[in-house]
Amino acid sequence: MQGLSLADSKVAIAAQNVRKVFKGAGQDAVAALDNVSLTINQNEFFTLLGPSGCGKTTLLRLIAGFEFPTEGQILLYGEDIALLPAYKRPVNTVFQNYALFPHMTVAQNIGFGLEMLGQTKPAIEARVAEMLKLVRMEELRDRRTSQISGGQQQRVALARALAPKPKVLLLDEPLSALDYKLRKDMQLELKRLQLETGITFIFVTHDQEEALTMSDRIAVMSKGKVLQVGAPRDIYDRPSERFVANFIGETNFLGGEITSVAKGVPQVKLDAGPTVAAEAPEGQKPAGKVTVVVRPEHASLVSAAKGALKGVIENVVYFGTDTHFHVKLSDGTPFMARQQNAGSSTVAWKQGDKVGIDIADDAMRILKD
Amino acid sequence: MPAPQQTAAEIALAAQKQSARRHQLLSLPSVLIITLFGVLPLLVILVYSFLKAAPYGGVEWKFSTNAYLNFLFQRDIFDDSLQFSPAYLYIYLRSILFAISTTIICLLIGFPTAYFMATRPPEQRSWWVLLITIPFWSNLLVRTLAIMFIIRDEGVINTILMNWHIIDKPITMLYTNFAIVLGLLYSYLPFMVLPLYSSLEKLDFRLVEAGFDLYATKRQVLWRIIIPMAKPGIIAGCLLVLIPAIGAYVTPLILGGGLHLMIGDLIAQQFGSGRNWPLGAAQALILMAAVMAALFLYVRNSTGKMHHE
Repeated sequence: MQGLSLADSKVAIAAQNVRKVFKGAGQDAVAALDNVSLTINQNEFFTLLGPSGCGKTTLLRLIAGFEFPTEGQILLYGEDIALLPAYKRPVNTVFQNYALFPHMTVAQNIGFGLEMLGQTKPAIEARVAEMLKLVRMEELRDRRTSQISGGQQQRVALARALAPKPKVLLLDEPLSALDYKLRKDMQLELKRLQLETGITFIFVTHDQEEALTMSDRIAVMSKGKVLQVGAPRDIYDRPSERFVANFIGETNFLGGEITSVAKGVPQVKLDAGPTVAAEAPEGQKPAGKVTVVVRPEHASLVSAAKGALKGVIENVVYFGTDTHFHVKLSDGTPFMARQQNAGSSTVAWKQGDKVGIDIADDAMRILKD
Repeated sequence: MPAPQQTAAEIALAAQKQSARRHQLLSLPSVLIITLFGVLPLLVILVYSFLKAAPYGGVEWKFSTNAYLNFLFQRDIFDDSLQFSPAYLYIYLRSILFAISTTIICLLIGFPTAYFMATRPPEQRSWWVLLITIPFWSNLLVRTLAIMFIIRDEGVINTILMNWHIIDKPITMLYTNFAIVLGLLYSYLPFMVLPLYSSLEKLDFRLVEAGFDLYATKRQVLWRIIIPMAKPGIIAGCLLVLIPAIGAYVTPLILGGGLHLMIGDLIAQQFGSGRNWPLGAAQALILMAAVMAALFLYVRNSTGKMHHE
């Protein structure tokens, strides 16, 4: 880790063309990771998001050293660690089920890493006390890990992984075993810990909401590939692919064809009728048949005469804070509009009503390919 | 409303009593069997050990502590004075030593074996367990005789070594201490492997990963995580090997050739050719008392430690 230049000191982890095929999976095995390249910056809260089986956990395990890549490099501050065993990597993991040592106390669990690093007893004790304070668990230091609650175990797991001051902290769906309320609290707690410790966090989750609320940047993965990397807002507002748009939040997909380009903005003739302006994906000049996406909250219902898009309400679902209107467009495409229940002024649309749909400016995006 | 509450409590209490009675009834067969075949024979042995030996086996119904005296002392044939004679004690100590060596070697061989089994894919594991239990399918006596054929002077090992001109004269293995320990090892190894396997199989290997993640080397993971977590299996395996190995009868008799007595053979002798049933009974009880005392001390010690931590 010595002698790193200023230029690459910003990048904590860089995965370069990483491929992972599991042994014994047969000849036509699908790669768990297929040519994945990623850079994760220092002090970043970086999330790997995707459905189960997308390869996010495999990537995390490659960084941790529990698995080794079939091809490619994993650089930690410029040094290739791809083939280094786990115990030689200055990287720690918070496991999905916490994996606390049941035969040790809370304090012994937290001190284990330091002990293995050969630190002195007083140094270990001081650091353990510091970590217990950080996760607010001072009173439980001498408890067995079986005698504390799930949320407390979670904190111990965090403290144990943070105690040796890792260069990068890996979190493998650490909140999935907690109930909803506790999960919300822990999300804030994790964010606080990340800011306080200044350690790079790599967080794996399949929960899009968790990813959006906590991350600095998100990588959306599917079938062993990274589809899109960006800040939560970028990913949500400018999904590049159908999978990303579908996986994160709710989206309407509308078919259409580009007829012209006005001031660099493609004009799309939608299958459902009107021609609209839609933003092209970054650095691409799409042509011909395309798919346009609109988020439900960017669409509002108006009287049938006003809206460009027209349809019939098929279903109204009340959600407390907002209401979802499922509309069937004139060409048969299903469309969903979300309206906030701000007050009594909301027009009470009912099932069977013929409505127009008004879409906010700049809300339409064209998907890649 | 105190009245209905009271009745509810009463009903619960009555139900509890009834279910307790039912449980007692359920345990009746096992209590009967244990009393009839466990406690009663022990009482018979206890009583016999305090009786006088009849000249041709059996007992005379006269109280005597001779059996216990004979265990440690010998009556001088001329002046009838008691002299310390540690012959039996030596046999006991040797048996215990053999049993302990057997247990240690079983543990050293059994642990890697069990670890190997527990780390196989789940669908393969039951096959490995099956393989471990194969020796149980044939009689212990037959298996012990088979060992005899392998290690005797004209046996498989010596023949091969001589044919390859590695040795000129056969190595004497049969009827030695080595043969006894080898036999014990062979007989009791499965009793070590199976409990070890069952505790290692339950081990969460994510804990092993957590250990590696926290900078523990393979050796440290073994000593700090795997072995502490497999401790119940290690204790169970050691007891299952140690206790029967101390009292082993067939194996030392055949492979030791009667030259190297162990406790089991000694006791059997008293009831057979020795024609001293009270002495045999006393020897059996002394063995049992020693084992139980050791176990009791161990249990008290370990539970004390657990409370301490």
